[in-house]
Amino acid sequence: MMRRTIASNMRAVVGVKQCIDYNIKVKVKDGKVVKDVKHSMNPFDEIAMEAAVQLKEKGIVKEIIAVTIGPKKAEADVLRPAMATGADKSVHVLCEADEADKLETLQVAKIFAKLHEELKGDIYFMGKQAIDDDQSHVPQMLTALLGCSQGTFLSDITVSDDKTSIEISREVDDGHETLKLKLPAVVSCDLRLNTPRFPTLPNIMKAKKKPVDTKKLADMGVDLASRIQVLEVSQPEERKGGGRVADVDELINKLKNEVKAI
Amino acid sequence: MFRLTRHALANVLVMAQTNAKGVTASTLSAVTAASQIGGDVTAFAVDKAAAEAVAKVAGVSAVVHPENDILKNELAENCSKYISDLVKSKSYTHVLAPSSAYGKSVLPRIGATLDSQPLTDISAVHGEDTFTRAMYAGNVITKVKMSDAVKLLSVRSASFDKAAATGGSASIEAAGAAEETGLSEFVKKETSQSDKPDLQSAERVVSGGRGMKDPSNWHMVEELADKLGAAVGATRAVVDAEWVASDLQVGQTGKIVAPNLYIACGISGAIQHVTGMKDSKTIVAINTDEDAPIMSLCDYGLVADALKAVPEMTGKL
Repeated sequence: MMRRTIASNMRAVVGVKQCIDYNIKVKVKDGKVVKDVKHSMNPFDEIAMEAAVQLKEKGIVKEIIAVTIGPKKAEADVLRPAMATGADKSVHVLCEADEADKLETLQVAKIFAKLHEELKGDIYFMGKQAIDDDQSHVPQMLTALLGCSQGTFLSDITVSDDKTSIEISREVDDGHETLKLKLPAVVSCDLRLNTPRFPTLPNIMKAKKKPVDTKKLADMGVDLASRIQVLEVSQPEERKGGGRVADVDELINKLKNEVKAI
Repeated sequence: MFRLTRHALANVLVMAQTNAKGVTASTLSAVTAASQIGGDVTAFAVDKAAAEAVAKVAGVSAVVHPENDILKNELAENCSKYISDLVKSKSYTHVLAPSSAYGKSVLPRIGATLDSQPLTDISAVHGEDTFTRAMYAGNVITKVKMSDAVKLLSVRSASFDKAAATGGSASIEAAGAAEETGLSEFVKKETSQSDKPDLQSAERVVSGGRGMKDPSNWHMVEELADKLGAAVGATRAVVDAEWVASDLQVGQTGKIVAPNLYIACGISGAIQHVTGMKDSKTIVAINTDEDAPIMSLCDYGLVADALKAVPEMTGKL
């Protein structure tokens, strides 16, 4: 007996951002963030990549395209790792490092909206926030520009059998919410969605040969004038701490009598 | 001939949220931030019932809500459309969102719709166009000036005192019908049932980390919290390990809290966690490791095994 499987032609596009590695304690020197340190893929974007790859393994998604906007080094830092995890090819919107630093989230969303004309993704996967700017904007903005549905802070995703919609579970302040979204959709991925895999060495080698389509930032037709002017950059005051109590009795005593916290 | 100069006052719209307990704590902080900008403060509520609760908040002069209840489930596509249209028709100069899943989902969508670049989690207001916010998990503080005509901001709750939830008597207006965009559909919501205080607004928080060693020990954290009338918090590590639900997570990618008292049990104090609780008035840490980062941050550090010290403390209170 033959089982007929309907071949998928769904395309997942995954936005991956090159950020200062999350283990680095970021420092400010001479009014600027010290950037001459290790960069890697935004951890939430790793989760976004994993989500797309899992759908591909299930035969639901046919093709995964990873997209980054950044300097040359972003290719090694994020695109090759994305392709080692399972993206079939990449798009690199190339610019200088200082141009990438100046990009505002609305500009990034407009770049993705421009790319959509060519990429025509069915689902856009992004991390819920970039750990450098902590803004959590681009997925929501992209949905407005594309006029499509949005699913933020995803903890679960299921694609409908007819591939016209997805059912998602998302993290809200007091629990979880389940929504059904029409496709195309842009989703942002939260911690609980999955645990990203470590790429195997054979896949890392294969990734070196996967194609990267390079485009210039200036050719994206997006107005790069800044809407936000940075007046000051500083490090927060270190909180003075390090107090010690010898035992629970002293702790309770101090909390009651010194700070009257209990 | 004389020329009349007018100083345009800010006209601020706060996206208000309510839940079963009333107006949310993060909304009340957003109202305070709004009042610091100057000018009139209007609140947007998703429906008439919410509007009635929000009208009682001190500092709010008017509340607007749609004529229908299409927005009651806070679907981002529908809310964004309605609020964007409202901003244009009523010429608001600022839109402030609470730092909640709703605020964070809707505000950026409004930003793209109105072609305005928003800012997330402002921690200070310096007038109508200049604000402070943190980056890099709170390790970098920036002061920035916005140039868009309509300024969109989400408000870091821990940085602003809560406006009083009663005492206000705002006017309530039903302003037009909300449209169903048909892009998304609400299926269900599962809320964590809890009789404990809300983490975001609690005066005291007892938080647990991996130093609690095993989920079977978690009850110690809960019992101390119960004794103190505190909310329960958790680190990302124990949430990832599925000891507790994700809405208990305190940190850069969880909730940012600033209670009067924060007791960290078996928590090492990674940067990402610390950024979520460093504004607490008094920080207590119980950890076996004298050199754990949290031990140099806390006001009172007890070098001890949390599995012994926490129940001991509960017993002695």
